[in-house]
Amino acid sequence: MVKNMVKNAAGRLVPTIVNDKPAIPYQGVGKYRPGGTKAAPPIVSCADYPADGNKVVPDLKTALIIAGIKDGMTISTHHHFRNGDLVANQIFDAAAEIGVRDLVWFPSASFPCHAPIIKHLESGVVHHIEGSMNGPLGDYCSAGKMRGLGVLRSHGGRYQAIQDGEVHIDIAVIAAPTADPFGNANGLTGPSACGLLGFALADAQYADKVIVVTDNLVEFPCVPWQIHGNYVDHVVVLEKIGEPEKIVSGTTEITRSPDRLLIAELAAKFVKEAGILKNGFSFQAGAGGTTLAFVIFLKEMMKEMGVKARFVRGGSNQYLVQMLEEGLTDYILDGQTFDLEGVRSLRENPRHVATSPFTSYNYHGKGNFSSMVDVVVLGATEVDVNFNANVVTHSDGRLLHGIGGWQNCLFSKCTILPIPSFRDRIPVIVDEVTTLCGPGELIDVVVTERGIAINPLRQDLIAATKKSSLPIRPIEEIKEEVEAICGGKPEKPKLGDKVVAVVKWVDGTVLDSIYQVLE
Amino acid sequence: MSLAAEVGRKGADVRSDCWFRITPTTSGGIQLQLNSKVKTMYGSAIETLIRHGLKFFQIDHAMVEFEDSGALPFTIMARLETAVRRLGLDQGRQWLPEFKAFCQYPTSRERFRRSRLYLPGNEPKFMINAGIHKPDGIILDLEDSVAPTEKDAAQTLVRNALLQIDFYGAERMVRINQLPRGLDDLGFVVPYNVHVILIPKCESAEHVKMVEQRVHSILNDRGLEQQVYYMPIIESALGAIRAFEIATASPDIVALTIGLEDYTADIGTQRTLEGRESFWARSQVVNAARAAGIQPIDTVFSDVTDMEGLRQSVLEAKSLGFDGKGCIHPRQIQVIHEAFAPTPEEIERATKIVLAFESAQKSGLGVVALGSKMIDPPVVKRAQRTIRLAIETGKLAENWRQGGEQHG
Repeated sequence: MVKNMVKNAAGRLVPTIVNDKPAIPYQGVGKYRPGGTKAAPPIVSCADYPADGNKVVPDLKTALIIAGIKDGMTISTHHHFRNGDLVANQIFDAAAEIGVRDLVWFPSASFPCHAPIIKHLESGVVHHIEGSMNGPLGDYCSAGKMRGLGVLRSHGGRYQAIQDGEVHIDIAVIAAPTADPFGNANGLTGPSACGLLGFALADAQYADKVIVVTDNLVEFPCVPWQIHGNYVDHVVVLEKIGEPEKIVSGTTEITRSPDRLLIAELAAKFVKEAGILKNGFSFQAGAGGTTLAFVIFLKEMMKEMGVKARFVRGGSNQYLVQMLEEGLTDYILDGQTFDLEGVRSLRENPRHVATSPFTSYNYHGKGNFSSMVDVVVLGATEVDVNFNANVVTHSDGRLLHGIGGWQNCLFSKCTILPIPSFRDRIPVIVDEVTTLCGPGELIDVVVTERGIAINPLRQDLIAATKKSSLPIRPIEEIKEEVEAICGGKPEKPKLGDKVVAVVKWVDGTVLDSIYQVLE
Repeated sequence: MSLAAEVGRKGADVRSDCWFRITPTTSGGIQLQLNSKVKTMYGSAIETLIRHGLKFFQIDHAMVEFEDSGALPFTIMARLETAVRRLGLDQGRQWLPEFKAFCQYPTSRERFRRSRLYLPGNEPKFMINAGIHKPDGIILDLEDSVAPTEKDAAQTLVRNALLQIDFYGAERMVRINQLPRGLDDLGFVVPYNVHVILIPKCESAEHVKMVEQRVHSILNDRGLEQQVYYMPIIESALGAIRAFEIATASPDIVALTIGLEDYTADIGTQRTLEGRESFWARSQVVNAARAAGIQPIDTVFSDVTDMEGLRQSVLEAKSLGFDGKGCIHPRQIQVIHEAFAPTPEEIERATKIVLAFESAQKSGLGVVALGSKMIDPPVVKRAQRTIRLAIETGKLAENWRQGGEQHG
């Protein structure tokens, strides 16, 4: 068992030391105030860089060696290609060849395509992962096999952690679909165009060394430069850096399930009935088949009512692009590109604006976009009767999903979780979430196929929808109905004492612990 | 006795179902291999249930392999019972789950039957949430959607669904197999509050009477007094010719419907979107049903992606005189309800007729007149139905007599 466990303000036991560094337990929403000054990268001199601007080195291994890779360093990567990333695995293959050990991998998210990293965790090349773990790596971590603690942060939390100096990146590797020899780079063109590179922005600004990897080297200048070459140390050209078609994963397709469609429709009706749907409003819909369907229903309602949004936040995809092109929104403020239509629009349309976790999500900034959004719809693996929600572990305790911008989005004026009340026989509405990722006070509405539950803290929403025909019910009632269907209360997962990962809150404090799954 | 029996489905793409292989042995007790997607949450409950089931059937020694993709208890029980029956070890016993209180609501002859949702009788995943989509009726199908080798599995599953699943007020219907096989299905559904039996490929009054007799016999044997209604399906040239005879074969028939896939094959043509080939048969069904005082219900619309096509098809069915339509996907339900909803003109006329009728009744007049025209009783009845439909679909306020508004 991890020593120095304390109960935080959410009542969860969390460690005060995480990977040998002090960690602050969660203190409540808006309670923690940081001190000190922001972190900074080392001062460098132009004199040490090629005067002709050509920073190209022969290969990734050489770049890592020149960048000074050594034992225990933190290496960062980004998930703009989602499950189509071809670079991260090569970095650690090269690191293994070089012979370094105990690296910390600091990805903005990992996907099933990164399963080969498991062999580097087992051989000792990688010590642990600080970043959301999807699929096999999450499973590996849950089994208690990773030496260090996994640290899960939201996209905004990652920016905050870098900026606050909580995470120091020694070497950042940025896979860029187009770059010039100086290191200016973007994701808009080239055979691997993936759209935004916003997740790499903090890394470029704060890492000691920055390596840009591309499969489309163009002559200087590469414009627009989403990544400034002035931050970049080395440029490497690979045959292929990613498979952009795989950014369109299962989570970016509209659901065909009639039950999920019903949930999405109810969520859209709620937005209308609650009076949120009016000219100049804004919304954000996360990735996932149900939330995408919500966008379709909302769009039809907007057309019927003659309502136009001022901006929509993305995850951009073809549906948001259609809204922009049909004049249903003035802007897309894009945080991540989910399909190739999104890439095209971002490239062509000046009203499709690239944003980064700094602008949209960073909690230690002078404000951010997320609190300005009128309504956000997000997925979850579990929600409890106090509206607390889980998005990273399944009900069996296994770590299988990333947080993404989920936590950051909770600060919207109305947070809606459109979720099934149970999946197969697994209840989604439960007494207490397995892992706490979002405090209940920030989650306003839970929309299920068996009814809509409004957080009692939101008396305004309750009053606004009182006369509607929507099936509004207490969350406890939905939970009881679900338990009756599933055959009683579910047993708790059999978890060990060993903490395998922690979930950080947006302000860098520790919100919850994730334990080893015993079976 | 067979060496082993299998039932159910397993594999990565299977949801809410399970698979059993039971191999009886002569000693060694119950050797249970349990592989469940929900083992963490319900593993011990599942094991208890399986052991209880085996004990119920007095099976003390067997190798039991179980793979579960999140099956609810009613499914696990049905699958186990079917496996035992396939082994020939059931001794005629049925392992019944609890008859849930929410499964015991009644129906009525006059209720709306605008939408009836077909669910394959051997697919539990479609049954669980069918009711939340609010169809007027849910049909658990034992006929065409069930593979011939799985008819026994579907019988048990449908029975357990009738006992355990909340259909949230939808009329509880079962389509039995074509006669005479369908008579065997009745024992699995009649005692469990089935509201309507759909009789497929019905070609004569005799078909209805055979079903009716068996239903009465089952109810009498069990001392049950519940009402079971019938909806014969006209699916052949002969059935269409005899539509009125069929529609009047029993006082418990509440609706007559038509199945065009089989009908068009029977008359040697193919189904088209325009439906000219079935115009006569559909009109025949409407006329037979109206003459018999029951509801005429149209066939299914089979393109689940074409909602506008469905809407047009419903409007056409309505114009021919049908009161309802079959559907095969939950997303079709609301489209059907909206298209069957009365128009503002229909509502206006219906309110006038009903008010005139009520006024005539109050005055003790034997005849109802609207302006200079006499109104016949069937017209009044139809107007009352239109009012009910308008209220249910939110087109008319419940207090319309007190000046409640008519809504768009």
